[in-house]
Amino acid sequence: MAQGLPGVSAEPDAAGTDAAAGTDTEAGAGTGAYAARVQGLTRRFGDRAVLDGADLTIARGEFVALLGRSGSGKSTLLRALAGLDGGTEGGLDVPATVAVAFQEPRLVPWKRVWANVVLGLDTADPRGAADKALAEVGLAERGGAWPLTLSGGEAQRASLARALVRDPGLLLLDEPFSALDALTRITMHRLVLDLWERHRPGVLLVTHDVDEALLLADRVLVLDGGRIAHESRVGTPRPRHRDHPDLTALRATLLARLGVAPEGTA
Amino acid sequence: MPTPSVSTSSAPASPVPTPSGPASSAPASSAGAEVPRGRARPALATLRSSRAALARWISPLVLLVLWQLASSTGLLSERQLPAPSTVGSTALDLIGDGTLTDAITVSVQRAALGFAVGALAGVGLAVLAGLSRLGENAVDPVMQMLRALPHFGLIPLFILWFGIGESPKVALVALGVAFPLYLNTFAGIRGVDGGLAELARTLRLGRAGLVRHIVLPGALPQALVGLRQSLAAAWLALIVAEQVNADSGLGYMINNAREFLRTDVVVLGLAVYAVLGLLTDAAVRLVERRALTWRKGFPV
Ligand SMILES: Nc1ncnc2c1ncn2[C@@H]1O[C@H](COP(=O)(O)OP(=O)(O)OP(=O)(O)O)[C@@H](O)[C@H]1O
Ligand SMILES: [Mg+2]
Repeated sequence: MAQGLPGVSAEPDAAGTDAAAGTDTEAGAGTGAYAARVQGLTRRFGDRAVLDGADLTIARGEFVALLGRSGSGKSTLLRALAGLDGGTEGGLDVPATVAVAFQEPRLVPWKRVWANVVLGLDTADPRGAADKALAEVGLAERGGAWPLTLSGGEAQRASLARALVRDPGLLLLDEPFSALDALTRITMHRLVLDLWERHRPGVLLVTHDVDEALLLADRVLVLDGGRIAHESRVGTPRPRHRDHPDLTALRATLLARLGVAPEGTA
Repeated sequence: MPTPSVSTSSAPASPVPTPSGPASSAPASSAGAEVPRGRARPALATLRSSRAALARWISPLVLLVLWQLASSTGLLSERQLPAPSTVGSTALDLIGDGTLTDAITVSVQRAALGFAVGALAGVGLAVLAGLSRLGENAVDPVMQMLRALPHFGLIPLFILWFGIGESPKVALVALGVAFPLYLNTFAGIRGVDGGLAELARTLRLGRAGLVRHIVLPGALPQALVGLRQSLAAAWLALIVAEQVNADSGLGYMINNAREFLRTDVVVLGLAVYAVLGLLTDAAVRLVERRALTWRKGFPV
């Protein structure tokens, strides 16, 4: 039935839910030591394996950044974790509540901002819950607005509020800041860190921006050849400055890993 | 000079309005830039748009005056085209003796009944076809084939089936209404932004929630375009049906007047059809303004 709907891929609507519920055992994601675990995950498009036995564990409350060249399969991995991809093979263990913020805010244009925030949320006082979440992202005043009247940064903040109001065990962010201007991006980095420290979900942030990864994450991964090809721990205490010597060294390593010569050496 | 209000009200008339897909997936940053951020529209703009609305009445009024002059100077014979004043006084006479009001009541009832049947069928089938591949395979080919049939060519068949009472007229109106609504609603459902459908899955909306919160509201703008087309089709179908055979209603009044060479009554009948069409169109515009406020983001 579902394949008749726009944008709904071949597998039935319930697949994502089943996959999450079926594997979410007592010791599993969200209740055990980790927020999410991927084991030997493979995804083929035609003959090509975009993910080829990828392993990844995100600890509870851990902030992980995922780098990789364009087309390396970052979004594919994230979509698998979000339960949006029924065509993967391998082990996938995610908590019951996974929230996603996409690159575009994907606010439903015909619902007011507050109604977007609590869409699909079962709560006694939706307006109150929405207003609280919107206040956290600094949008207390805009709850009654139509999404199309928000600026790009405001819309992205509303999208974050919508993700966090669900109190997710795992928060998936697919390049959520890439469409924002540099100043707004800096504000958003602070906001995300702030929200993460308060709610402590496990975070997987997909980004192209090495600096962004270094500023925010506990651990930076590089996806290459369908697997996690590199991992760097970032121990520098937050808030971090991008000129911190540790980060400068890590930046060079990561850029080399990504096949880009570090600045000044090209 | 086209003003904002004029362009917004005429925008939905185009066969393909801003589809909900691009509108919703467009980066909000650009939308934020072009949408007036105002709570209340500035008084000046309101004034300007109401003046523009008045300006639109000037040319029709001039035409009416010219017509009146041509008639009173004898340039137009009463037999060909009676003066507006004559049509006006005829209208008063026919309202006085109840002829006109009775005719309008009968015709409006036919249109309303036909519209209700056609709209129910058109929207119902579109939802059925739009929401599942199975439904599409069952419904769409048949609808596409029936669409190719000239509706008015079916009149003899309808008379054979339904006799010459109300049923063939209602059926003809329903047929005219069903197709534009079906086609536009179906296209609207299929045109809903795939990204939003995906969002619905991450929010665990479930299938019913997806249909209710995303698919149907997303299809609404296009469905309303279909509604306007189908209302125009409804009046046209009614006029044709009433010309063919009727013993009551506006069409009957017009046909009767022709036999007695009462051009004024014929013109009056046509004018009433036109006004009815304009009224229903205005009603749909009102619904559009109410239901689609989110598109322009203007305050309610
Ligand atoms: N539905 C699909 N059908 C076929 N190929 C696909 C599909 N989705 C993704 N791919 C392919 O899989 C590869 C990885 O795509 P993915 O979107 O995961 O890349 P990415 O790492 O997120 O890239 P970017 O950084 O550019 O967003 C790409 O080559 C893409 O063409
Ligand atoms: Mg991507």
